Amino acid sequence: MIQILFFLFAALAVGAAINVLAQKHVLYSSLALIVMLTAVSALFILLQAEFLAVINVIVYAGAIMVLFVFVIMLLNLPADPAGEDGSDRLRWLKLIGIPLGIFLLLMVGATVWNVSNSTNATQMTGTAQAIGQSLFTDYLLPFELTSLLILIALMGAVVFAKKDL
Amino acid sequence: MIDYLTNRDFLILMAKMFSIFGGVMTALAYTTLLERRVIAFVQMRPGPNRVGPMGLLQPLADGLKFLLKEQVVPTNANVLLYYAAPIVSLVPAILSFSVIPFGPDLKMSDVSVSLLFVFAITSLGVYGIVLGGWASNSKYPLMGAMRASAQMLSYELSLTLSVVGVLMIGHTLSLAELVTSQQGTWFGFIPRWNIFLQPVAFIVYIVSAVAETNRLPFDLAESEQELVAGWHTEYSGMKFAMFFLAEYANMVTVSSIATILFLGGWNGPSFGPWWLQMALPTVWFISKIFCFIFAYIMVRATVPRIRYDQLMQFGWKVLLPLAVANILITSLVVALS
Repeated sequence: MIQILFFLFAALAVGAAINVLAQKHVLYSSLALIVMLTAVSALFILLQAEFLAVINVIVYAGAIMVLFVFVIMLLNLPADPAGEDGSDRLRWLKLIGIPLGIFLLLMVGATVWNVSNSTNATQMTGTAQAIGQSLFTDYLLPFELTSLLILIALMGAVVFAKKDL
Repeated sequence: MIDYLTNRDFLILMAKMFSIFGGVMTALAYTTLLERRVIAFVQMRPGPNRVGPMGLLQPLADGLKFLLKEQVVPTNANVLLYYAAPIVSLVPAILSFSVIPFGPDLKMSDVSVSLLFVFAITSLGVYGIVLGGWASNSKYPLMGAMRASAQMLSYELSLTLSVVGVLMIGHTLSLAELVTSQQGTWFGFIPRWNIFLQPVAFIVYIVSAVAETNRLPFDLAESEQELVAGWHTEYSGMKFAMFFLAEYANMVTVSSIATILFLGGWNGPSFGPWWLQMALPTVWFISKIFCFIFAYIMVRATVPRIRYDQLMQFGWKVLLPLAVANILITSLVVALS
């Protein structure tokens, strides 16, 4: 049963991710991204990481992507005209993406290899309590630095938005 | 597979699912009737009272009318998204009932993070509104959809932050455990409800919940004097009914979350023979939700709509600081005690 569900959601995630790149209209791309995020959350649930799954939906699908869609609607962007007249400005960027993707795959593979070899997964993994414990003990410095980074980004956005402070 | 499908647990789960889903859908249909009747009485007119005794069959007649209506699609609409939007709106609204405990045993599943699950699922509902407004390809729906998305994003923050204090007191994210943590009484007569410990959080939650469900006095997204009907201007028939049902389902969801977090969920006095004791928790839970729904309707009937800039100011400059201050004070008290 779990295997059937896994393949279902994995196929959905991969299909939606390909759809993000394949769609010409930016609104369809962002909608496909939402489907992808939700499918990944379902995979998290199958791995019993319920907290992570729910937070993924709340933060990315429920908040950040709403802003994306909001901005797309506000600007009322037309479909991407590139490709029709043969002048694809992002041609070289797409090529750069291939080695980056392979690099990411290697990183993820190496991490998974290390984790499955070293740690023994306990029952508590994935609960809100376990995540809170490790965030505020083992990963305290990265956690605080991340919040500082977000604060800086926030202030930068305010400075951009209000030229005469 | 066959073993699993004929398993006793599976059959019980199915029975629960059908009873909860059927009960919720019926309740939603009758909430529309309740709203129309109560508002009519407030405005000193009879309201719908022709179909059945005291108008009790009105929801059935409405449903039949919605089903039989002609399906109209605007000429320049984006057909795929136009059809998808009501579904995207209704499905999350209904899904959130899968984790709400209606009684000690009357719940479909108990995820350890069920409160966050409800927030996650309901936060997806905004896409239905946004897509509906955008796909209609007409100016009033677009205006309504943009207002709705800005408003729901702003008030979701204070809605989520307002419950953090309760979670710190209850030490859990599971709705069922939050209910059991509020059992018992203080001094023998005051129920151990979180509303007495977290009054500020309760007020912030209630106000943001009304805004989050796009109800008066915060229904800027569909204010009929400016935007005809906002994001569902171009919708009719069953598609409109699905938007409508989603709005009411969201109302019931935020009311039941408020009941669970602040009013002790299904806790209440228990007495009588065994079958009454089985049924009473659900009765308490539903009557507490009913109080919230009634308050919603009375607010709609009596309070005028506020302006858009007032709405944003209120959300960001009043509710959000209040919610954050509440978290700070609560965490201080929890840490000291």
